[in-house]
Amino acid sequence: MTTTAPSGVTSLRGITKAFPGVVANDDVSLDIVSGQVHCLLGENGAGKSTLISILAGMQRPDSGTVSIDGDLVDISSPRMAVDFGIGVVHQHSTLVPAFTVLENLMLGESGVMRDKKRAKQRLEELADLLGVRIDPDALTSDLGLGQQQQVEIAKAMWKGSRLLVLDEPTSMLTPQAIEHLAESIERVKAQGLAVMLVTHKLREAYAMGDCVTILRGGRNVGHIAVDELSSYSEQEAQDAILAAMFGEDLAVLGDDASELAGAAEATRETRTFDFDSRPIRLELRGVSSRGGGRDVEVEDISFSVREGEILGIAGIDGHGQGALSELVAGQRLASSGTVLFDGVDITRTGVRSRQRLGVRYVTDDRLHEGTIGAMSVALNLVIKRIGERPFWRGGRIQPKAVGVEAERLIDEYDIRTPSPETRAGTLSGGNIQKILLARELTNGAKLVVVNKPTYGLDLKTVHMVRELLIDFAAQGGSVLLLSTDLDELIELSHRVEVISRGRLVGSVINDGAGTAEKVGQYMTGAIEGTH
Amino acid sequence: MNAETNAARRFLQGFVRSIVPVLLALIVASLIMLAIGSSPTEFLAGVLKYGITGSNWQRSLALMSPLLIVAVGLIVAFRGQLWNLGYNGQYLLGAVVASGLGPILFGKMPAALATIIIFIVAVLAGAVWSLVPAILKARYGTNEIITSLVMSSIAVGVVNLLIKGIFKDPKVTTPQTPVVSDSNLLPFIPGTQIHIGFVIAILLAVVAQFVLTRTSFGLRVDVFGASPKAARHVGLNSTWMVILLFAISSGLIAFAGSIDILGQFSYQRADWSPRYGDSVMPLVFLARFRPVAAIPFVAFYAVLATGGTLAAQQAGLNVDFLLVIVGLILLFMTITEYIGDRRRLGQSYLPQGLRRSLRLPLRNKSEGTAA
Repeated sequence: MTTTAPSGVTSLRGITKAFPGVVANDDVSLDIVSGQVHCLLGENGAGKSTLISILAGMQRPDSGTVSIDGDLVDISSPRMAVDFGIGVVHQHSTLVPAFTVLENLMLGESGVMRDKKRAKQRLEELADLLGVRIDPDALTSDLGLGQQQQVEIAKAMWKGSRLLVLDEPTSMLTPQAIEHLAESIERVKAQGLAVMLVTHKLREAYAMGDCVTILRGGRNVGHIAVDELSSYSEQEAQDAILAAMFGEDLAVLGDDASELAGAAEATRETRTFDFDSRPIRLELRGVSSRGGGRDVEVEDISFSVREGEILGIAGIDGHGQGALSELVAGQRLASSGTVLFDGVDITRTGVRSRQRLGVRYVTDDRLHEGTIGAMSVALNLVIKRIGERPFWRGGRIQPKAVGVEAERLIDEYDIRTPSPETRAGTLSGGNIQKILLARELTNGAKLVVVNKPTYGLDLKTVHMVRELLIDFAAQGGSVLLLSTDLDELIELSHRVEVISRGRLVGSVINDGAGTAEKVGQYMTGAIEGTH
Repeated sequence: MNAETNAARRFLQGFVRSIVPVLLALIVASLIMLAIGSSPTEFLAGVLKYGITGSNWQRSLALMSPLLIVAVGLIVAFRGQLWNLGYNGQYLLGAVVASGLGPILFGKMPAALATIIIFIVAVLAGAVWSLVPAILKARYGTNEIITSLVMSSIAVGVVNLLIKGIFKDPKVTTPQTPVVSDSNLLPFIPGTQIHIGFVIAILLAVVAQFVLTRTSFGLRVDVFGASPKAARHVGLNSTWMVILLFAISSGLIAFAGSIDILGQFSYQRADWSPRYGDSVMPLVFLARFRPVAAIPFVAFYAVLATGGTLAAQQAGLNVDFLLVIVGLILLFMTITEYIGDRRRLGQSYLPQGLRRSLRLPLRNKSEGTAA
């Protein structure tokens, strides 16, 4: 990288940021040039989010500098970032659902009076620029996620922007919406703005980016410059990025690496499945849920899962996945309909009885629901069997029996913990997920509900989790896989059901190419079709 | 071996963190005494003299009885992260059962039977009173701190009405209940002036300690306390858990009230309230919700309270100065907690889940975005 600073460049130099126990950014340097899309690629925990929050003024680096057009700047607050023309679109929506689009966009206005007329003009300018149509008076909550994201982009560019940062913008979108996004990014780029696109999917980096920087373990481990990337063939670019992303692990993972990094379109990895020859394990007949909270409930759900089958449930986050998994696990009551397990009606059966029957649940909230951070790994491994023999006798805990079981599972599932007595909360996310899997997949498990099983995990653990689920199904276990990651669903599932606003809106048999598009269509039809 | 040294170190750190706030509170209280012209040495010497020497230690131990039972009651609820702050009302309810029913029952049946009936009714009264905040909490998620406090105020009113009404001793003009005769009060431990309530309290603490740390029920309480979500995930019935823990907690505190009347006071006046819970609450935090660990803290406070009342008068202080010391303990506990947490020393007073929720508003918003 050059030390001269031409105009239109935002330069990060030697950025280091440490949190207790982890160095999130370690001497990271990179240049973001106007009129280019700079892709920041790396797996979960590689330090992408920290780098963005430094650009956004939400964190300050321990050392290192940021300069814009050659002038050192100190981005000490989000407001300063806006003043410097840095607009950030975060992964999760920051819009106020009860406000209209225009009201959301005007939240950052500093004047005393609201100038609606000027705001509408500005929105029109931006909508033109992005090539989208945005109704200024629509309630944000009524918009589809793709449209919400366009509003977020408009918001980030509201005060005139030099650098637009998009944090994992595709993670919540259907394939169709991703195309729209790509078009908008092209247009923004053509206006001479710099775009920083953060992603963990290699093919997006290749398709949308002009240059790529790869982070691993907080370090900048590779940069492919504009001319390099354009001179590479797709395969060469892939190899270069994979080598940087995985380092020595590349050899271990082999072919799986490119899939994990989302290099190509996902394909199914499980064996073909003859639906008719297998008995039905779980069947839901017109089930609706009822809970106390503000969660989306499910309505009139009917489906069945066969022995050895992995049934995927696709959908955008928060469309009833939580309710559905809790319903099957027994944590939420069914207000109507019937749940059958191996032909037996379990609609009124509680969590523990279902547990004993072999119904298991790997929750997506692994930190606060799936484990108890303050308790030991060993206790967490047996916590669903409180009071049962051989771990408890006459109400008293038997530390020896618990210890033996813990050692066994820690060994079998390769849980990296200093000792069985270590508090579960001190382990990494990947190891906590292994605790959950070890507990749920063993001791007579017949059906396991997994909700977002690989969310936020590092790629090696992602790989392990997926292998475990595939093995479990191969041995006759049934899996109900709820995920927002379309690639994951396509890799693992025999069949994919699409959930939207608490209802199943379509079913796709996963037997060859085109599954993603079909699923996407169902999702789009159900969500954006209403507008 | 490593685990053992670790455990020893943890114990030591926990010990230090428990003692430091008490010492700091005593030091600052001394400074305050100096500032208002009283002699701290005279006060502290007075506390020792009237709290321990001679046969005064027996009075302190007798006071420990209700304090310790209240402490165990609070611990049961607090471990499940149910903040039962209705202890004053619950205590008085238990007390009025004893002072009201006592004079009626003791004339009609053997003292032992009457005593047992009184205890049972007292525990039930406390438990039933707690149903309101418990059900509201379990069913609608209402904040139990507010509802239990409100129920406590109502209980205080009801108790006063009872003492001024049907339980009033017609022979005296002041609104108070008839005195239970000495022969019907709880027996003393042989050779002392300490009623057997002390033994009952110690036994209760030991049993509670065992149940809470060694049994499946204790683990369920801890799971529930750590995270209601996790409790549901594990298959616990949260509604039942809230009601049960509230009932045990409130029942125990009411039991303390009845034992205090039958062991110590023998009658009850209207508008009387020893407010034990207010003083005990910081102590159970210092004991980290461990019943047995609460014993020394309660003993310390019992001496302070027994000796302090006379000592304060001698040093020219108001009796309320004792509450100043308790308040200071609470204050320094919070500070020690904060500093200790920052430096990652020892153990916390609070379970993890609560610590998070307490600190969250104070935290810099950006801290949450670590990679």
